[in-house]
Order: sequence, then C-alpha cells, then structure tokens
Amino acid sequence: MSTSLSPAAGASAVRRWTTQVIVDTRKRQNMYFVLLAILLLAVFPASFNIFRLNLLGKYLTYAFVSLGLVLCWGNGGILSLGQGVFFGLGGYCMAMFLKLEASAPANTSIQSTPGIPDFMDWNQLTTLPAFWVPFRSFAFTMCAVVLVPAALAFVLGAAMFRRRVGGVYFAIITQAVAAILSILIIGRQGYTGGVNGITDLRTLHGWDIRTDSAKLILYYVNAACLLGGIALGFSILRSKLGRLLVAVRDREERVLFTGYDVASIKTFVFVLAAAYSAVGGAMFTLQVGFMSPSFVGIVPSIEMVISAAVGGRSSLLGAIYGTLLVNFAKTYFSESFPELWLFVIGALFIAVVMLFPNGLAGIDLRKFIYRMVIRFRNRDSIKPGRPPSTLLTAAGEAALATNKDARSDSAGAL
Amino acid sequence: MSTPILETDKLSVSFDGFKAIDNLSITVDADEVRAIIGPNGAGKTTLLDLISGRTAPSAGHVRFKGEDFTGLREYRIVRAGIGRKFQTPSVYESLTVFENLEMSYPDPRSWWSAWRFRRSPDVVAAIEEIAEQVYLGDRLRDRAETLGHGQKQWLEIGALLIQRPQLLMLDEPVAGMSVGDREKTVELLAKLSKGHAVIVVEHDMEFVAKIAHRVTVLHQGRILAEGPMETVRADPRVIEVYLGN
Repeated sequence: MSTSLSPAAGASAVRRWTTQVIVDTRKRQNMYFVLLAILLLAVFPASFNIFRLNLLGKYLTYAFVSLGLVLCWGNGGILSLGQGVFFGLGGYCMAMFLKLEASAPANTSIQSTPGIPDFMDWNQLTTLPAFWVPFRSFAFTMCAVVLVPAALAFVLGAAMFRRRVGGVYFAIITQAVAAILSILIIGRQGYTGGVNGITDLRTLHGWDIRTDSAKLILYYVNAACLLGGIALGFSILRSKLGRLLVAVRDREERVLFTGYDVASIKTFVFVLAAAYSAVGGAMFTLQVGFMSPSFVGIVPSIEMVISAAVGGRSSLLGAIYGTLLVNFAKTYFSESFPELWLFVIGALFIAVVMLFPNGLAGIDLRKFIYRMVIRFRNRDSIKPGRPPSTLLTAAGEAALATNKDARSDSAGAL
Repeated sequence: MSTPILETDKLSVSFDGFKAIDNLSITVDADEVRAIIGPNGAGKTTLLDLISGRTAPSAGHVRFKGEDFTGLREYRIVRAGIGRKFQTPSVYESLTVFENLEMSYPDPRSWWSAWRFRRSPDVVAAIEEIAEQVYLGDRLRDRAETLGHGQKQWLEIGALLIQRPQLLMLDEPVAGMSVGDREKTVELLAKLSKGHAVIVVEHDMEFVAKIAHRVTVLHQGRILAEGPMETVRADPRVIEVYLGN
C-alpha cells in the first residue's frame, strides 16, 4: 500500500479516536452537566433579553416535572399521567401566599370585604376560608409547596402500590386525579379563583416580582434549583438505589422476592417526582406571576410526559433539552399555526416512541459525526493517486463495535 | 431426625372453584433436600407460591421455624429466611454479575439504605465468595445478559445464597441446562444442603434421584406419595399418574 495513509497511521488514528471515545460515563455526564450549567447560568442570560429569558425560565419550570418523570417513569417504570397535579399544587401554594400579600386591606379597599383576594369578593365571600389562613406565613408556604403535593403523592402511592396497582392502571388513576383536581379548582371559584386561576400577583415580602431585575434574579434562582435537582437525581441514579429502581422497572417480582418492600420504593420515587414537580410549579408562579387550572389537567400532564420522552426518558440531562425543545416548538406552533400544535405534538410522540425510544439522549452524535467524516474522507480519496481508505473505515467500524458497551452506557450520559 | 423448619398445615387454595392445593400438609426438616414432583398442574409451583406469600391460601397455615407465616408480605418472608428461585431465570440483565449479587446483599433493604449504600470490603468479599461458589468467579464484571442459560440459573441461586436464607426453594433449577451444567448443579446443591433446607421442584427424575433426600409426589393438589426416591418410584399409584405416562 503505497498510499499517503499507511495502515499504521490509520490504526493509530483510530486508536486515538477510540481513547477519546472511551471516557468514563460518569465523567462524561459530569462534563455535560457543567456544559448545561454554563448554558443556563452564562450563555442564556447573556444572549437573551429579559422577555425571552423569562420565557425560558418558564420552560425550565416544566423541566422540574421532566426530571421527576425521568426518575419515576424512565428509571422506576412508574408512568404518571398526572404530574400536572403536583405542579399545580406547588404553584397554587405559592400563589396563595402571593395573592394574600397582594390583597392587603390597603390594596383592596374598594371591595365589599377588604383584605381578601378579589375573586373571593366577587363570589360574595366575606371571610378568608380557613385553609387560606396559614398561607399568610412565608415559612408555612415554603413547606407547603413541597409537602402538600408530596403528601398527596404519598397517599396515592401507598394506596395503589400496596395493592399492586401498577402500569396502565396506575397511569389511568393519576390521569383521573388530574381531571378531578382541575374540575374541583374550576368548580370552587370562590375558594380557588376558578378557571382564571390566581392572578395579579405582585410582591414577595414587599419585593416586586414583576420588575425586570426581579425576573432576572428569579431566573437564576430557578436555574440553580434545577441544577441542584439534577445533582440530586444523579446522586440517586448512581447509587444502589438507582440500580434498584431499574431492577423494579425490569423485574419487579425478583426484587420483591429479594426481600425489598417494592411498594415503599415505588412510593418513595413517586413522592420524589411529585416534589420535583411542585418546586417547578412554585417557580412557575413566581416567574410568570399567576397560576391557573390549565396547568393541572390532563393535557399539560401528558405534554410533560412527552417532553420527558423526547429528551430521553431515562436521562436527567436529556429531559432538560427535551422540555426546552417541546416548549419552544409549542410556542412557535401555537403562535404561527395554532390549530396544528396538537397534531405536531402527537406526531412527535409517535416518532419518538417508534424511532428514538431513548429520545434525544439516545441519538449517538459521535457515531453520526464519525460516519460523516468517513464518507467525506472516502469521497476525497477517490481522487487519482489515493485509493479508497477502506482500512480506516473497517478499523473505525471495529472500534465502534468494541465500544458498543460504552455507547449503550452513554444513553444515560446526555 | 432434626426439627422441622417448614410445615404446611392443611393448606388449601382454589382458583375459580378449582382446588389447586387441597388440604396439603408437608414437613421439611432443616438440612433436608426435598424434591417435589408431579405431573403438570399438580400444584407444585402453586405450593411454592403459597409458602413464599405470593398467593394467599384459602385455608390452612404455613409455619416456618414454628412461627405462623400465613398471610405475611413477601418481603417479610424473604427477610425471615426463605429464598425463592423462579422457573425461568430471573436476573437483572442490564447489571453485571457483581451488581446482581450486590442487589441481593441483605443490607437493611430500604430505599434510604440503598441510597447510602457503599461497597465495603466485607460486601465485596461476600460477593466474591458466593460468585466462586456458583461458578461465576471469573464473570463478576460481565453483564448478566451475556451469561449462558445455566449460568443465569446459578446467578439466581447465588443471589439467593447471599441473602443467607435457611430455606431455599428452587423451581426447576436445571430446566434447559446442558448435561455438564446439570452435574455442576448437583454438586452445588449437595454442598448447599449442609446448612440450608432446600425444596426443589423438578421434572428431571435423574436429577431428583441424585439430590433429594426425600421426594413428595403431588397429584391434583394432594400428596400422592412421600418418601425416598426408590420407594416413590416403586409406588404403583405414582407409576400410574406420573412415571407411567
């Protein structure tokens, strides 16, 4: 072979390439995590104006739900079609506190009963309902944001999982809960603000959350919480608990007969997913300035599941990108072709399930790029004096084959 | 004769009126290898289901070391010392052999302890020892999906052993195994019988003859015959319903 590309050079190129490829999965995950942190904390704030950044912050609150779904559905195998319930409850807890602050007697003196939220006044309520009273306290609200949804998830999970209700049946029940809660909120207008939700939120301890500077700070708080959530997720998935969740997903019976109380493990991860959603809901209320039943029902709950699936249902980092992608698409389509959106998201879901079961995280970029490089090189080498460098192709494919395990691990990396 | 470790007392269960187990009383001693045989539908696997808590009996009791275990949750029964292997090899395919065994290590088995779990030298040593015992000492780093059929069966037995059970229940441990693997399984069970009671459900008569101290023949949910293999084999009723076929 008197070619410019000697076999040795080819092999060493491949070896170099392979060494580059075999990076420990965890290291790669950490790298992607840092990359995401840079994106969220530096690149996005630097490149978007405050309106766009606030919109992005809104999308990132849905990413909390996706993170919860990655843990509970992608890894634990529990499909919940009612995560909107927990997102909504967290958001409503936050909104109740903010609404009470916005309804101080001085602001509501024109009402027949000053000092209560406006929608109560419109619905002829004359006193603040008892369950609203504790939400005057900020400390109580902070606890309630997480604990109320977590408690509901605990009751649901404990009741269902102990009775071995799982799979599709569990999904249907969570969907029913989503329907019930949104109907309840809409029906009890005087207590909940009804279909409009709780609107016109202004200040948090006197700090006006509607200003640009507040929006910027809230965006950072949100991003930091999200990164914290991812770190927590990694600490679970990398522990024996993470392997246990996958074991429950794949071989529930075996886990049960290994002496684990499977019901309590499933309840734990479901409660955790609810808590993630709840934090997202509270951050939504703070950044967007209202909460309404349209984030509680079946449709938003299913959109959240689709977001997680698009990102890759077992990948924490993938979930963030999936959520951003789905929500940017939603904004774009609902602005330009509103009637098309439902078809688009339906098609997207089918495409993901059929073509990319591991979502964005499952797409092997390196393999794709490598193939492109080979194609480019081969086309190049057809020129006179340079026979096709089949060697590189073959060796490269072999390297790909030997790295098969590494690559299947990488499904969880991005 | 040692004291019985397991007793079933007039155990019955019926599915839609069909009596799968009918008034069944058996006793298994510590250190005994008991084989349960019988034609298809005799209730062998159902009996294991009843003992391990997977199915609740309609009547009767299960006693383990003298304590009533009837109606206890499965994981409590496992923690008390009854391990069970399923008919088809049931291992975690995506995990390595090491991780499979680690999953069964009887650390306090809650989500919290699993989260905080660290691989201590003790754990590693215990896992290596068990792996050696079930002929998988050199496969610890391989994923379970790469194992052969027989090796998966052994891995599942290893996963039971690491829980340090007093009673092992094995549902068709040599089904689909090669002759060589069968021999090794016989050796393994012979070693295990010192220190464990073993109940084996199996179709392979040769295998049963090699390992079992006593044999219980089930037919239509009842005991047809019980005793050493030679006696049972010679029993005309057994020949009629089972071996004669």
